[in-house]
Amino acid sequence: MFFTSPKQLHAHGIMGMNRRNVEYVAAHNPRHLYPLVDNKLKTKLLAEKANIAVPKLLGTLRYQHDVRDLHSQLLPHEKFVIKPAKGSGGKGILVIAEREHDVYFKPSEEAISHDDLERHVTNILSGLYSLSGTPDIAMIEAMIEAHNIFDAYSFEGVPDIRVIIFKGYPVMAMLRLATHASDGKANLHQGAVGVGIDLATGQALHAVQHDRPIYQHPDTQREFSELHIPDWDKLLPLAAACYEVTGLGYLGVDIVIDKNRGPLILELNARPGLAIQMANGTGITPRLKQIESLAQQQRTPEQRAQISRELFARIS
Amino acid sequence: MYSRPKFLLFVLLLLVAGFGLTLYKHFALGFPLWPGERTQVWTIEAKIEFEAQGEPALVSFTLPNNPPGLVILGEDFASPNYGFAELNQSDQRRAQWSTRQATEKQTVYYRLDVYEKPGENANINNEAPEQIIAAEFEEPFRTAATTLVNELQQRSSDVRTLTLELLKTLNSDSPSQNIRLLLGDRPGESYKAKLAIKLLSLADVPARKVRGLFLESGRRRQALKSFIEIHDGKQWRLFNQSTAEEGIPEHFILWQRGGQSLLDIEGGRHSKVHFSIIENSHSARKIAVRSGEDAKAALIDFSIYSLPIEEQNAFKSILLVPIGAIIVVLMRILVGIRTSGTFMPILIALAFIKTSLLTGLFIFIFVVSAGLLIRSYLSHLNLLLVARISAVIIVVIGLMSIMSIVSQKLGFSQALTVTFFPMIILAWTIERMSILWEEDGPKEVLIQGGGSLFVATLAYLCMTNRVVEYLTFNFPELLFVNLACILLLGQYTGYRLTELRRFQPIADSGQITIDDESIAASDHKAADDNNVLHKS
Repeated sequence: MFFTSPKQLHAHGIMGMNRRNVEYVAAHNPRHLYPLVDNKLKTKLLAEKANIAVPKLLGTLRYQHDVRDLHSQLLPHEKFVIKPAKGSGGKGILVIAEREHDVYFKPSEEAISHDDLERHVTNILSGLYSLSGTPDIAMIEAMIEAHNIFDAYSFEGVPDIRVIIFKGYPVMAMLRLATHASDGKANLHQGAVGVGIDLATGQALHAVQHDRPIYQHPDTQREFSELHIPDWDKLLPLAAACYEVTGLGYLGVDIVIDKNRGPLILELNARPGLAIQMANGTGITPRLKQIESLAQQQRTPEQRAQISRELFARIS
Repeated sequence: MYSRPKFLLFVLLLLVAGFGLTLYKHFALGFPLWPGERTQVWTIEAKIEFEAQGEPALVSFTLPNNPPGLVILGEDFASPNYGFAELNQSDQRRAQWSTRQATEKQTVYYRLDVYEKPGENANINNEAPEQIIAAEFEEPFRTAATTLVNELQQRSSDVRTLTLELLKTLNSDSPSQNIRLLLGDRPGESYKAKLAIKLLSLADVPARKVRGLFLESGRRRQALKSFIEIHDGKQWRLFNQSTAEEGIPEHFILWQRGGQSLLDIEGGRHSKVHFSIIENSHSARKIAVRSGEDAKAALIDFSIYSLPIEEQNAFKSILLVPIGAIIVVLMRILVGIRTSGTFMPILIALAFIKTSLLTGLFIFIFVVSAGLLIRSYLSHLNLLLVARISAVIIVVIGLMSIMSIVSQKLGFSQALTVTFFPMIILAWTIERMSILWEEDGPKEVLIQGGGSLFVATLAYLCMTNRVVEYLTFNFPELLFVNLACILLLGQYTGYRLTELRRFQPIADSGQITIDDESIAASDHKAADDNNVLHKS
């Protein structure tokens, strides 16, 4: 059937966009907290203060005259990422994987001169990549080296794991893998693959591309059923701890797994999308209801992560 | 803070206010709920002619005073060379035209526009009758009259039936000797009425003469018809003296009550009054507004109608914007169509109103596509946002000029309407679409661009609908209803139509997790389902 019925969707506990907006985003995320997550620099500083692992901040450039210092700031670093603090959808992110003196190389081995780099920073500062076009801050971050386990599943770029945290409890998780079709971006609506992850074990459950189920990675042909996220027991408490940091009740936490440092918080989102339900092949509403009915007890992120792992186990 | 009952109460209040005011305007002020409803308006012209004698002339003419069942829309007393005054004496209204000097044949006009409204002025003129003085008859008429009245009194039970009997007898085809004697050899209408009133006074029944006109279109040189009105102790009752029918007839204007003269002329002779009647139809709304203004109905006095015509026209299109807004809300919240820019479709629809739909669509697609091409060059230049959009605005203006000039030379003037498109909106649309193209690819541009045009077309069709246009302008209070609907939709948490498609694979996978307790159990089972990737 082309269309399904609202009754069917309801029976599967699927949450629609309207319900998300009214009952979760508007009800649990106070507007004044948004800047904490919309500005990646603020998020990072808050997270560091709370001892939450994030990609290392190598430096910031706030004003045009700081661009002169770019050279000296970058001198000690071989690999780094320059990104706008208020960018969205991955725009304006420049990854440098190698350098030879003043010539830098992207992961695709495209060469970039120091002048190009300076121009990129100038563009970021002037707000070219910020949503509202307001002046922005350029952040220099340590480059993340993806865990080997993803080599077989990623076309390009670093896969990230999106965890929905509701009132501090992880409720659903998904791995996002870039594909050739998505042009190396991890955006699901551009053709990236979303893989639902079992909250109890970190095991892949179900995968979708363009909202339709698939079983192998479209570029590498690897079966998703063999995929298992490493460091799962560290990752979930880390995600859950973002609740205390931001105060947002309905939060999307994006996590990357670094080869050396393990799970790191990359970004937070006050309006996480609905595609995670597709990736998991199940609705999120019953899980949210379960969390809501939990006693309003003070628990540590570790305790909350443990409760979620028991509640939402899909594989025994 | 927020409470659901309060919210619902507020919505209910808005609905009541919106519908209440609309119904009030419909029933109390006569605004039709449907466009094009027309009301018959009777234009009655009284032409007064007399021969002046070279002296100052004064014409005094009785005017209808709150005629029952009719509403006076307007009066016109214009007569050249005459001064005019309207006199109100007790329950009489008289027009007075005067001139210093008049010679030969003179004509004075009085024009009246009325429309019928059942129940209007029904209770006016219900004052108690004056003391009755029994009419004097000379012999042999006195005997005939008393005999007749005695006979009638025996045949009737009350004042009403007595009057009916009397009128029947007077109009009988084979009148008795008494009647023939009383009527004499010239039983004119006016005379008959006078006689009836005199006879009724013998029976102690208060009666008076009433004159009026039957409203029939195209009648010329009409004279007033005589009726009689009797008081039955409680109220006045009107009888048609020639048919003995009771009550105010249909299509009838009651011109004058009581025995006062219809027309008095000083300084003239051979005076005549003729009436002519024509019927024309007016839009019912116009009439409602006019009579509302006259009655100083606050709702009309403080409404859009009190603005100058030019501003009224501006409001006509402003009041359509909420219709566009609710279409956008419906399409986004209930259907889930993606548009580029939330309210851009409304502005496009407003431009379509000026350009007509097909021309508008063509112009829009042309300007935006050409703009996108040029914008793709601008994006290589790495301009700052404000500078980039300013550049796009100039490009849009250039495109619009070229389009106008070329179309003028080629002879299709439709494309000249390109100027009705708000250029800032076009520039922003181009900017957004171009970013969308870079970030999400051309497919998304087509989806959002198509969505915007679809919603704009739908909004255009609604906004140009005659009924919608009529209702929004004439019942601006329906804005409250619109607002209430939008508020309710703002709290809609159900699925969107597009989500029924999007999530369809999950629904068809057959795994159902309804109640919270069974989730863990069913999830364990799900491990064996094809839903899990292990064995797939």
